[in-house]
Amino acid sequence: MLLKDEVEMLRRITLFSGLPPAKLKLLAFTSDRVMYSRGEDLFHQGDIGDAAYVILSGNADVLVSTPNGQLKVAEVEQNSIVGEIAILCNTPRTATVKTTTPLEALRIRKDDFLKLLADFPEMAVEIMRVLADRLSQTTSELTEARSRAQRAEA
Amino acid sequence: MEPRLSRYIWTHTRKQQLWILLVVALSMVPYFLSFDLPKQIVNGPIQGAGFDGPEATQPFLPISFDLPFFGVVNLFSGFDLGREGMLLALSLVFLLLVIINGLFKFYINTYKGRLGERLLRRIRFELVDRVLRFPPGHLKRVKPAEISTMIKDEVEPMGGFTGDAFVQPALLGGQALTALIFILLQSFWLGTIAASIVAVQAVIIPRMRRRLLVLGRERQLTARELSGRVSEIVDGIGTIRAHDTSNFERADIAARLGRIFKIRYDLYQWKFLVKFLNNFLAQVTPFLFYSIGGYFALQGRLDIGQLVAVIGAYKDLPGPLKELIDWDQARQDVQVKYAQVVEQFSVEPLIDPRVQAISVDPATPLTGALAAVNLSVTDDGGSKVVEHVSLQIQPGETVAITGGTSGGGEALAEAFGRLTWPATGRIVIGDADIHELPESVVGRRISYASSDVFAFQGSLGDNLLYGLKHAPLTEVVYEGDREAHRKWELVEAKLAGNPHYDLNSDWIDYQAAGATGPDDLFAKIRAVLDVVLLSNDVFALAVRSTIDPTEHEAFAGEIVAMRSALRQRLEAEKLSDLVVFFEPGSYNVEATVGENLLFGTVTDSGRWETALENHPFFKTVLKRAGLHETFYEMGLEIAENVVELFRDLPPDHPFFQQLTFMTAEEIPAYEALLQKVRGKPLEEVSEDDAIRIIRLCFGYIEPRHRFGLLTGDLMQKIVEARREFSDGLPADLVGIIEHYQPDRYMASATILDNVLFGRIGHKHTDGSERIRAIVRDLFESLGLYNKVLVFGLGFDVGAGGKRLTSGQRQKLNLARALIRVSDFYVFNQPLLALDQRTQDQITRKAFAFLRDGERKPAILWVLANRDLAELFDRVAHFENGRLARDERMETHSRDSDYKELAS
Repeated sequence: MLLKDEVEMLRRITLFSGLPPAKLKLLAFTSDRVMYSRGEDLFHQGDIGDAAYVILSGNADVLVSTPNGQLKVAEVEQNSIVGEIAILCNTPRTATVKTTTPLEALRIRKDDFLKLLADFPEMAVEIMRVLADRLSQTTSELTEARSRAQRAEA
Repeated sequence: MEPRLSRYIWTHTRKQQLWILLVVALSMVPYFLSFDLPKQIVNGPIQGAGFDGPEATQPFLPISFDLPFFGVVNLFSGFDLGREGMLLALSLVFLLLVIINGLFKFYINTYKGRLGERLLRRIRFELVDRVLRFPPGHLKRVKPAEISTMIKDEVEPMGGFTGDAFVQPALLGGQALTALIFILLQSFWLGTIAASIVAVQAVIIPRMRRRLLVLGRERQLTARELSGRVSEIVDGIGTIRAHDTSNFERADIAARLGRIFKIRYDLYQWKFLVKFLNNFLAQVTPFLFYSIGGYFALQGRLDIGQLVAVIGAYKDLPGPLKELIDWDQARQDVQVKYAQVVEQFSVEPLIDPRVQAISVDPATPLTGALAAVNLSVTDDGGSKVVEHVSLQIQPGETVAITGGTSGGGEALAEAFGRLTWPATGRIVIGDADIHELPESVVGRRISYASSDVFAFQGSLGDNLLYGLKHAPLTEVVYEGDREAHRKWELVEAKLAGNPHYDLNSDWIDYQAAGATGPDDLFAKIRAVLDVVLLSNDVFALAVRSTIDPTEHEAFAGEIVAMRSALRQRLEAEKLSDLVVFFEPGSYNVEATVGENLLFGTVTDSGRWETALENHPFFKTVLKRAGLHETFYEMGLEIAENVVELFRDLPPDHPFFQQLTFMTAEEIPAYEALLQKVRGKPLEEVSEDDAIRIIRLCFGYIEPRHRFGLLTGDLMQKIVEARREFSDGLPADLVGIIEHYQPDRYMASATILDNVLFGRIGHKHTDGSERIRAIVRDLFESLGLYNKVLVFGLGFDVGAGGKRLTSGQRQKLNLARALIRVSDFYVFNQPLLALDQRTQDQITRKAFAFLRDGERKPAILWVLANRDLAELFDRVAHFENGRLARDERMETHSRDSDYKELAS
């Protein structure tokens, strides 16, 4: 896959859709193209986050360790971005991402990503929107879990 | 140290000073003879005195003595010579005297110089020796740069002065005194005038010089402070820039320089005022002679002949007098400097030299308990950090100290490590005070490591073994010139009061490391590196180093042989796509176009750049291979892409780190170039422009840059052109490129690159880590791991170990203590720079390592993490400088179990 194909892929991701094509090309150029076979970790929960990943092809599971073993919380597929939270707030990775098929991704280094956010505020807004989406989803799941717990106690 | 320089010089060079005085006195004989000779030549052969006729002769060199009672004794009646013969003979004698005088001067000057240099060596050594014996508190107060300026610069003039210290005043004083006596003999009154003026000079000038001395002392102090400040700026440059205080520093330095200028200018003014006065007094004497002497002569009380003789004799007085005064100035100057330096180094209490006496015998193991007895330690501010603590560590016992930073455990450990001295109380081993025992016992049988690490500039291995270098243990046998040189070294060292320990001897005490000799020491090194988890770091340093294959021929051969082993291994693990190997017949997609074309690496990039631009070879080969035009097109494409991508970015944008083709500054130039050549066929583009575009291709890697420029056909062509590049390389380009040869070691590449003989693919994020792990495994399985580790031990750690990370430095420091066989190990949170998990891991490993064998040394460990206390026999908990709890581990755990139950 060539740089221009990658630009096409990036354009389809909502986060980057607002960027001018020249910037998308720059983003693609400064990023590494990486490949994983089935069952490999893109990153591991607890590691220091140094990059975000744009999935170009393939699927992966988002897993969280719990006292009862690993719990699958989400699935990521083509044209999605993972790992951006850890590089935004400088925390260790909150989950492990494990491939379920051979996977190809664009690895965007932390410094490059932050620089892009600073240069393009519309991207930051988009990130906020995605995060807010996730937060509300998490909140509703939490509410549901709480009420279930209350019912179980009662 | 002796506070007066003249006495110091006299004590150490008495014999030599007397000898040189004697030689100077002897040298006066031919000196005065040569004064008389010109008169003889002019009067005798030239003007003809004594030669009555043209045939007249005179005896040359008659030897006769006029002895009382015997009359004239004629030993040799001399050669009879005519006027010409005599002229020649006397001239030759004159020449001879010139030579003899010159030789005397040469001898005297070299002798004085040698005397001075020896004394300088003695002073410098004595000062460094004192630094080595300074009490710990003093070392915290002084700036290293100031100490080194004192030793290096401030004592320097003392060497020059030493030779003149006694000879000069004797010689000049003698001359001045002779002239004065002569004047006195001619005329008592005029002599008295001359003497009183000299007396005035002798009284006033030194008085005026006192101010000069004060200023001189100030100049010395301010200059020393300046050098201290400059080194502080260099050391603290990071802090200065981070806080934008560089202008504060500028102001400080400017103010200092201003003060120094003022002092120096004052000094000049005074110096020349003194000089003026001195000259004036010297000139005023003839005035008195002329006026008063002339008046006496007119009155008829003095005869004119006497007056002329007095004035003539006075000519010889000011010269020596002036030099004598200059000498006195120099003396006072160096005396001030010397006193200044001595004051700085006269620190009490210095460590007794006997404590540090060298001992080549192995230290006897300590059998008594290490104990603090009613110990108090104060910090620099005078507040107590350890208060009345008594703690005993039996041989073989392991004690953990807890309580955190304010607890006082760290200060206690520092006191055990002799880094601080007790304010009150004692630290004893058995019954003996630790500070009275020789360091050859406590410095070997007690090992101390803290997080405050100092690594010496040198190799990692040298630093690791530093704690074993107590004494020269072998007698080195020298032969031929080296033997003579060694003898000379010994004699000179003795004459300058320096020790003569041989630095070339093997200082490593193998027994102290639990080894028998150099051969089995490595096993020990490997073991401690494993314990502190430093082996991997050392391995990484080793494989990143380059070695000279001619020097390590066998090893280079083994590395080359590893290439196929690595391939097999990768194939077996189904990881073949991790590395793309260099094959003479195929294109390596993970390497640059340039590497593929040359099938080698450029060893001298400067020469390569000029050759690329000027040498016709590249162009002809490219043309012949049909690549010239293709490369031009490709270069254009790259330039277009890069300019498009980076045109709008500011030059300091971090994205430029990803750009390998050109620098940020070159972008506008290439943009203009593209404008110029766009749409033109290659023939119409100037040669220089074409080369500037073509060279962009050399750095291109398809999977990395992904512009889609490499077709299968092009790769094929590049591979075909390889042969032309390697075979047809003109003689003047040989050595610029090192070719890839599957069966040869590449001297310009690292060990790792030599093993890989290929490029790690871009596809895998952790490719290089995985490869390194596999290569390490391979080294291990082939039994080459230790061999390659040796190259890592040769890594230069830089000044203060700055080329290592702080974690690596602390690991090295712990390893340095662990490799020593001691009875007591005191560890003062030695691994603070590491994360908690690694700290725990290393602590456990170190504990197991020390307690593993038959030897069960005592361990005192100041713990950052209380969980590890379970390893130890006892836990001493400190609070506010006092020992709060001291309990055996079993009771401690039972106690806490109980507490847990209770809660």
